[in-house]
Amino acid sequence: MPAKELSPIEIYKLLPGTSCKECGETNCMAFAAKLVNREATLEECKPLLEEKYADNFAELWSLLKPAVKAVEVGVGENAITIGGEYVLYRHDFTYFHQPAIAIDVTDEMSDEEFETRIHVLNDFAYNYIGMDLTLDMLNIRCTSGDPQKFAEAVKKADELTRKPLMLVAHNPVVLEAGLEVVGEKRPLIHGATKDNWKEVAELALKYSCPVVAYSPSDLDTLKSIALTLEEYGIKDIALDPGTQPTEYMSVNTDTYTILRWNAINEEEKGLGYPLIGAPMAAWAVEEEDPVLNEWNEAVIAGVLTARFADLLVIHGISGWSLLPQIILRSNLYTDPRKPVSVEPELVIMGTPDENSPVLLTTNFALTYYTVANDIENAKINGYLLVVDSEGMSVESAVAGRKMTAESVAEAIKDFKVEDMVKHRNIIIPGRSARLSGEIQEESGWSVSVGPLDSSGIPSYLSEKWNPYPE
Amino acid sequence: MPKEKKINLPISADILERLAKFQEIELQDVDIEFEEIELDLGTGGGGGINSGVMSRMAYEFAQIRDSTNRLTYLLGGGAIPTTGYAQQAVQPQQVTQVAPSRVLPTELITAKTSIPQGDYSGEVVEVRLGATKSEGGTRGKSYVIGGQTTPAYYNFQVKPKNRPVLAMDVFDWPKVPLSKAVKMHFRPVLNDVGEWARLCVDKFGAEMINIHLLTIDPLIEDASPKAAVKTVENVLQAVDVPVSIGGCGDPQKDLKVFTAISEQIEGENLLINSVTLDMDIEKSGEMIRDHNNTVIAFTSMDVNKARELNRKLYDFVPKNQILMDTTTAALGYGLDYAFTVMERCRLAALKGDPELNHPMSSGTTNAWAAREAWMKMGPEFDPRELRGPIWETITGQTLLLTGIDYFMMMHPAAVNALKVMIDGLMKGEKPNQPTDWVSITVGGN
Ligand code: B12
Ligand code: SF4
Repeated sequence: MPAKELSPIEIYKLLPGTSCKECGETNCMAFAAKLVNREATLEECKPLLEEKYADNFAELWSLLKPAVKAVEVGVGENAITIGGEYVLYRHDFTYFHQPAIAIDVTDEMSDEEFETRIHVLNDFAYNYIGMDLTLDMLNIRCTSGDPQKFAEAVKKADELTRKPLMLVAHNPVVLEAGLEVVGEKRPLIHGATKDNWKEVAELALKYSCPVVAYSPSDLDTLKSIALTLEEYGIKDIALDPGTQPTEYMSVNTDTYTILRWNAINEEEKGLGYPLIGAPMAAWAVEEEDPVLNEWNEAVIAGVLTARFADLLVIHGISGWSLLPQIILRSNLYTDPRKPVSVEPELVIMGTPDENSPVLLTTNFALTYYTVANDIENAKINGYLLVVDSEGMSVESAVAGRKMTAESVAEAIKDFKVEDMVKHRNIIIPGRSARLSGEIQEESGWSVSVGPLDSSGIPSYLSEKWNPYPE
Repeated sequence: MPKEKKINLPISADILERLAKFQEIELQDVDIEFEEIELDLGTGGGGGINSGVMSRMAYEFAQIRDSTNRLTYLLGGGAIPTTGYAQQAVQPQQVTQVAPSRVLPTELITAKTSIPQGDYSGEVVEVRLGATKSEGGTRGKSYVIGGQTTPAYYNFQVKPKNRPVLAMDVFDWPKVPLSKAVKMHFRPVLNDVGEWARLCVDKFGAEMINIHLLTIDPLIEDASPKAAVKTVENVLQAVDVPVSIGGCGDPQKDLKVFTAISEQIEGENLLINSVTLDMDIEKSGEMIRDHNNTVIAFTSMDVNKARELNRKLYDFVPKNQILMDTTTAALGYGLDYAFTVMERCRLAALKGDPELNHPMSSGTTNAWAAREAWMKMGPEFDPRELRGPIWETITGQTLLLTGIDYFMMMHPAAVNALKVMIDGLMKGEKPNQPTDWVSITVGGN
């Protein structure tokens, strides 16, 4: 059911109602509200797991379950979840599981390329506002047609990475050769087509693995395969409707939108599963230079990220093309109900002393990390006072009165900044200049207005700042 | 660090040219000059590592892998504690496969995937940009945008009616801070806004020109309205596409200048960029109406503010002379807010909200506000010449999918990429033979 249509009351009625607080909430109603917001899971209510509540649990489960099934790939701490979504538009609730990025290798690649691709998968990381953005999966394709070659490639990959795998081979014999190697690690198997579905279904059951239904550009057949797999007893399914190069972008937007719309708004049988996208379709086009393939791949990945894909198969591994992809998915999958924020506190930068500067900023994660990085990279010793602006950037916070002279004065007191420095001077962001008089009045501290952009802090400190004016 | 340093672009020389579909090849050599970044970030950047060894190919990546962690630390500050993130609740996993309990299917179950038709009562108004000779102006062409009856590119419901228009930004002030990746394309014309406009149209395929009158800013040159009129006339002479006029952000000065331009240049259906809530709405509105121009109603990421400004303008300006712009933030720097506000506005319009059903405009050039678009980063993120334009492209195309009708852009490669994207989205036909990504081989692999 689309999340926002659930009311806490409906949920509350099915909870034990004893308000025993075992879930950490003060009463069952509060827990119900958390469940509706998907901020808690049913298992946290221990009493509910008792035998006598089995029916209630089942009913709650079906009320709360996402319209798009959450499918787990991999095992243990390396497992990731794809799908598990409730809404078509992020503002209707929030999206939960970023599309996983699976880096492509084949069983015919040179050792060198094969290995370095896996190293990129393992090591690529970008720290974006305090989050480590990384790549998620390995996509191993059989292009040789040879079961033995495929098994060897899978074996090698399994030795080189602990990230979950997607095994791609449409010949069931080849597929099984791979599954014999890593079958117990719950790889995603790709996949069941209109021709091989029966054998692949058997393999999915035998190895207990999630399986992809694949039917490029034919949605009726895609649904047929999914329904047949369901009927075969398979629970964890993903749908791959095929991805087309940029020239046919409307086919991509149509396909993925139709599938997700039907899953969310119509709860259409057979379609409530994660969607696989393959931006690497861009490499099927003959280009003069591979840079163009990689550019187009990033572009398709961007579109599919905005249009509902839950897993993206990517061939290009250059930083310039991966970076916008991982930041876009991070952006669109942040919770629109609350800005990404950090804890308000007094952060010690380097090894400050009693003459070191005190700098003010807000607790919007983007603001905080930008400023903190600038200070850190310049090896400045000082104190960074992070006020609670309810996660607003400097200008938005000032304009929306989320950061005021009062809240700044209070933060100076609460975090005992007086005890840290001898001077009584605080440097405020240039974009909050208009608060300078009021802050001075409210806190009794003198105020220095810093530069507009925090990259100017180092030169500002060395050239202009003087905490002890005569 | 040396002031200027030469490095090799690890990509073929003319790749940017091809990305931009330039009509002439300008760069003959593989060498491209890199200068210091404009903003002093005080970071270590990638100094010391020869960027030339980096490239798109995997094995080259491996060579710098060891420095990755150090660079990530330098750039991303890995040492900073990650506080404040609420863990996302993950739905517990269901029991996975169960043994088949009934008769197993032996044939594919036949099925039909329904094509959702949606239910929309609203329609975006159509707005004309520019005026040809027969329409009372002097432009070689004019455009109609808007007119949507479904969400953006739901081709399965309705084929898109009008094509979005791509304008390129030009500035009347040569000192405008531009990142290197952008500036390298405009260096010879920075001092001549007419030539700048001509270059955008003739070489880079700009469909409109968006003039930014920065010199009128009291804090820059405080140039007179008269001088601004001359600048605009100069551009109108140089190109025959429709033109939009951007101010400096000072509400009084902008109104003065817009008024002078409207009075001196009649019949062109200029696009006034922009009217904001802190301007005199009555005077602004009358000016737009009396001179038959079109306006961008600009607000800051707030659906209600957008409504309020449109409502105020309705007292003076016909609906089909208004575009709305709810602010573009860059990828990584608030794109999520921009995306969602625009998506909400458009969906509300289609549900019948009578105060939001206008074509939408995006200042996609804002993408360059993101440091990742222009900053020196580790060599694994090189070359900046690609990172910058792809940043602008992804920012623009993400908003295109919310329904943007008018783009103001900067980098030639990004303009071209968006054009290709729009072609693909408007085309609405299926390939004869769908691509089977599973069997793709790249470089013999
Ligand atoms: C995204 C955004 C929003 C998002 C909020 C994002 C968030 N969580 O903060 C939303 C949509 C919610 C929003 C809301 C509002 N916004 Co707003 N918003 C923006 C936008 C587009 C980007 C802001 C941003 O993220 N900047 C990036 C961060 C990193 O910048 P920053 O915090 O300022 O930090 C930089 C500097 O200040 C400096 N710095 C930071 N700390 C320190 C410390 C020291 C010591 C120093 C020296 C420097 C320094 O360095 C940092 C890096 O450059 C800007 C316009 C723009 N393009 O700038 C408008 C803008 C800030 N918003 C504005 C307004 C008016 C508002 C609202 C009041 C009303 C509205 N919606 O229009 C509300 C207020 C919210 C509330 N209820 O409290 C105005 C502010 C106008 C003004 N000058 O008064 C702006 C400028 C838009 C405009 N031109 O009208 N906004
Ligand atoms: S643990 Fe369950 S029964 Fe106890 S308070 Fe929480 S919701 Fe109510």
